[in-house]
Amino acid sequence: MGKRTVIPFGPQHPVLPEPIHLDLVLVDETVESAIPRIGYIHRGLEKLVEKKDFQQYTYVAERICGICSFMHGMGYCMAVESIFEADIPERAKFLRTIWAELSRLHSHLLWLGLMADAFGFESLFMQSWKLRELILDIFEETTGGRVIFSVCDIGGVRRDIDGATLNKIVNILTDMEKELREISHVFFNDHSVKLRTQGVGVLSKQAAFDLGAVGPMARASGIKLDMRCRGYAAYDRIKFKPIVETEGDSFARISVRIKELFQAISIIKQCVALIPEGDIKMKITGNPSGEHFTRLEQPRGEVVYYAKANGTKYLDRLRVRTPTFANVPALLETLKGCALADVPILILTIDPCISCTER
Amino acid sequence: MEMEQQTVRMISPQDLLADTLRLKNGGYRLVAISCTNKDGMELSYSFDKNYELLTLRFVLTEEEQEVESISVIYPYSFLYENEIKELFGVRIKDIAIDFEDSLYQIPVKTPFGRKEGDD
Amino acid sequence: MSFIKKSPWILHYDGSSCNGCDIEVLACLTPLYDVERFGVINTGNPKHADILLITGSVNEQNIPVVKQLYEQMADPKVVVAVGICANSGGIFAECYNVVGGVDKVIPVDVYVPGCAARPEAIIDGVVQGIGVLEEKRARAKKKIPAKQQNGV
Repeated sequence: MGKRTVIPFGPQHPVLPEPIHLDLVLVDETVESAIPRIGYIHRGLEKLVEKKDFQQYTYVAERICGICSFMHGMGYCMAVESIFEADIPERAKFLRTIWAELSRLHSHLLWLGLMADAFGFESLFMQSWKLRELILDIFEETTGGRVIFSVCDIGGVRRDIDGATLNKIVNILTDMEKELREISHVFFNDHSVKLRTQGVGVLSKQAAFDLGAVGPMARASGIKLDMRCRGYAAYDRIKFKPIVETEGDSFARISVRIKELFQAISIIKQCVALIPEGDIKMKITGNPSGEHFTRLEQPRGEVVYYAKANGTKYLDRLRVRTPTFANVPALLETLKGCALADVPILILTIDPCISCTER
Repeated sequence: MEMEQQTVRMISPQDLLADTLRLKNGGYRLVAISCTNKDGMELSYSFDKNYELLTLRFVLTEEEQEVESISVIYPYSFLYENEIKELFGVRIKDIAIDFEDSLYQIPVKTPFGRKEGDD
Repeated sequence: MSFIKKSPWILHYDGSSCNGCDIEVLACLTPLYDVERFGVINTGNPKHADILLITGSVNEQNIPVVKQLYEQMADPKVVVAVGICANSGGIFAECYNVVGGVDKVIPVDVYVPGCAARPEAIIDGVVQGIGVLEEKRARAKKKIPAKQQNGV
């Protein structure tokens, strides 16, 4: 048996845009265990509910994370609306669903690019991010912002998308599907991609359940867990099935996310076909009183918002449990027994969002 | 508005492990552990099965009161418990992986533990 | 961009940003903006870098990391603070674990506004940074050896 060495990984590491630190305990080149140290991005924004009132806090919620910004704003608004027992206008629900699925597209494309970069496939990285810009252009046209666009508000949404623009979005996505097929063909069939990902970081179905994995991480291991099945926003009127793979390796995680890209496009198209005319926002007056747990499916998995209100402008508590927080134990498990050179890929396969995790 | 049923069951801190074990055997998944500092520390353990959310809750009024870690039943509860220990100052004992208040390494001690006007 | 004589290499560090500015920094590298065609390279090694791009505010835990990255960079060097959080703490200024803008810890040469900062603004910030870099280089040549300028 070789010598035990501890290698610090991070916080500043070329493969990670965000700081996370792991102490990797190695025997020769094999990782025996990994101990996480987080807190580089901890801001303590849950505590801000005491200083910003519940209306203002929507802006803070959107800045929990710049990648799933829209979904954070939406989740927060849904939690407060549920406390008010407000049923927001139908059109707003559909618009939220459209923006949420566009966010999923942009987030998964971003991740595919980073993943390709992690296994050294630079041109694939560039291709993925080139496609992602098309989605950002749609955001900019419909909301004015590229990554953080403050379009969700308590009671509905701030902006409408007119019929012509909706049709234009559908056309853009239809064209994009062709290009997506091209890059997904590379991910699915390229020999070197397979070598780097197949059988790497296997998480069995039982282990995924026992470790509380969520989102694509759980679905790649055969667990059918997708919060969209709960039918929030307009998802109860949309036809879709959670995408599940059974192998549980890094390849399966890529596969789940690629299939979800096509699924997101299909959901947006269904929304455009079904969206009713009407108001996009309802007036909500007074202060909230009560509590609610809201759960939705972000690109990275299940997110939980717990809001507790006391009848004043300021909430007593807002708690956010983000998907990466839930996926860390599963990550630590997959790292056990892997080669040191595979560590960056394995960290990326959970699609880590440290900014969400530490808040 | 969400129509989903959200059950919150009040329990006593002594029953936490027994109740959690019953849920684990019933096939429940731990979703989150949350803490609210309002008239004492209110701990909420949320579980999910088939998209139904079930929350076990109790309030600790005395500061000295200790809570058992549920990491013997749900090993992955250790991150939630370390967080609550560090940010709220709730005394949780026997956590499987105890970071000893160095998970976040923040300059303020138990920022959520203080009441307003304490600083 | 013919006025740029040197190709700067960039080191990016995420202070405690929400990711919004970080993904925009990365977007600058990808086909639509593609700063690499001007020779701007995103490096992971502080000793190779001329410009330090920082997103997000600083906190107790990352102050030593930021300082250490800055000190490792060779002179002359330029710091560009990207986004409102790196400028002043932004919406998170009141949080208990946020110290404030990057200038509380190291000298900042260029401030890029925005939440999140747009790629055009980031590229503009880098271009301004190149100007500052040239100035620093010229100053160093005239007066004193670069080494004594450490920790400006």
